[in-house]
Amino acid sequence: METDEELFMEDSDSEPEFLEDELQVMKFEDLEEEMKVAIADLQDVLEVSPDICRVLLQKFKWNKDALLDRFYESSDAVSFLIDAHVLPSRSVSESEEEECQICCMEGRLTGPACNHKACTECWKAYVTEKIKEGQSEIECMTSNCKLIIEDSQVEQFIGDPIGIASYRRVLVNSFVRVSKNIKWCPGENCLKAVKVHQPSDSRLIVCPCGTRFCFTCGNEGHEPIDCNYLKKWLKRCMDDSETFNWIHANTKDCPKCSAPIEKNGGCNYMRCENTACRYEFCWMCFGAWKNEGAHSCNTFREKNAGGKTDREKSRVSLERYLFYYNRYIGHERSLKLEKKLKEKIARKMEEMQQLSMTWVEVQFLQKAVEVLSECRHTLKYTYAFAFYLKRENNAMMFEANQNDLEQATEQLSGFLERDLDRENLITLRQKVQDKSRYVEQRRKALLDHCNEGNDENIWVFNE
Amino acid sequence: MFTLSAHFPPVFAHVHFCRMASQLPRRIIKETQRLLADPVPGISANPDESNARYFHVMIAGPDDSPFAGGVFKLELFLPEEYPMAAPKVRFMTKIYHPNIDKLGRICLDILKDKWSPALQIRTVLLSIQALLSAPNPEDPLATDVAEQWKTNEAEAIKTAKQWTLSYAQA
Repeated sequence: METDEELFMEDSDSEPEFLEDELQVMKFEDLEEEMKVAIADLQDVLEVSPDICRVLLQKFKWNKDALLDRFYESSDAVSFLIDAHVLPSRSVSESEEEECQICCMEGRLTGPACNHKACTECWKAYVTEKIKEGQSEIECMTSNCKLIIEDSQVEQFIGDPIGIASYRRVLVNSFVRVSKNIKWCPGENCLKAVKVHQPSDSRLIVCPCGTRFCFTCGNEGHEPIDCNYLKKWLKRCMDDSETFNWIHANTKDCPKCSAPIEKNGGCNYMRCENTACRYEFCWMCFGAWKNEGAHSCNTFREKNAGGKTDREKSRVSLERYLFYYNRYIGHERSLKLEKKLKEKIARKMEEMQQLSMTWVEVQFLQKAVEVLSECRHTLKYTYAFAFYLKRENNAMMFEANQNDLEQATEQLSGFLERDLDRENLITLRQKVQDKSRYVEQRRKALLDHCNEGNDENIWVFNE
Repeated sequence: MFTLSAHFPPVFAHVHFCRMASQLPRRIIKETQRLLADPVPGISANPDESNARYFHVMIAGPDDSPFAGGVFKLELFLPEEYPMAAPKVRFMTKIYHPNIDKLGRICLDILKDKWSPALQIRTVLLSIQALLSAPNPEDPLATDVAEQWKTNEAEAIKTAKQWTLSYAQA
């Protein structure tokens, strides 16, 4: 007899009631089990082997209804199975030959249902090669024979447990690849998959391993920017990073108008080529160039005067990109640096507990560091979002939100980095708690504003 | 009529091959023996003196093609995984063909995903010969050549003939 508890558990398992944002974390075994259930389900209807069911389901992206629709449309079951290459269209007569046609050695010959034969060594080498390529459905070795070898026979050909295990991984992988509502967690060493009830756009997933990723594109969480623009942005960052590096390595900004200037000669006399500026300065000290005639010069001059407007335009466009890129990458760098802060805070919390504070009383610090990195994370992607945003009223509201969040985040960061050792703990605690709460609210407000904008289509994007 | 045997005396190649054959898989030995003893018309394939997995190949341009009258040198290499993996084949002679690029790489399905261990060096070379007779600009490797082939076939064929005359003479 089952106990009440078991009954209850079984009940909750068989009918998983998903909430809107509920997700299920699946280990390798869970995925295999899910496949098995779907296979058994189909087997009840089709009455063919589980291996054939798996191949058919894979062909129809594990959509049983679509598969069955097609099955009932076909004239008869056998031709349906032949068309799907799971039954041989014709089976060649068994040859009496002892020599394998593939390796030309004598041996025990075997083969799938089509009766194309080879020795077991050749079959093993063949399926191993296909598994290495990640193929989940392996056709017969004979050219133009499209019969798919049954899973159990593939395993028989492989023969060793390690090989069979990698074949099973390939099968589960192919299942996950075509399942719209299941994705592998991209976290390092996390071998779990995440299943959602409804795949929705740019949905942020937090795996129990701590990895935060976007369900749609697999990148880390990237609110408020959507997957399409994120893709564009990342491509641009890749493409332009060389330009960016070159500018950093080879130019300095004019001390007066901040236009980037390349020093292409040995002379340290510089004159800004920006027509509105024309500032003359020394490359070395950035001071105004007063001592005329003291150097023989070879200053950088743009020769192509006709192309100036184009050049200016492209410079403005590059400057604009760099403005956002610098801030985007700046927050990313801060995020990395703040990993160290986490360690420092952990030590500080220990210290405080030794100084008569309780565990509960020091938790605010832990919480504050987490809030801080969430804000940095959000801020980082607000700059990618802003890069594509056209400036109009709504965009200005967004910028005000962004500005407010950024300032508050920097203040919080300041409290945690600088004031931690200096201030009275009671005042610090008050300040940190107030500020964390504030930034958390502001972060939420900013994202809500962005999401509402998406829903109501108010954002105007530059392509 | 041009004969290929003048370039690689088969007897000579055979002597060398037998000396190297001891460590080779039996399949490669058998294929090589058959290629030497019973060559495909218009194709010669001879193993290299120092590497029995490397073949010097010559294909005569098919009569019904713009490559007629030309002799095209190719190299063919059997990787370690052969026959589970396809041979690697490349044109050494410059050729104006939509499915063969500047580096001589060939766009042919049986050399890629349609490879089957049941295919052989012989079948691969026959397919390449057939590709010379029937260029397929719909599945191009050299996009510029394919474009020309589609928009102005007469001009493309003229260029192909020209290149055959300039580069593919024995």
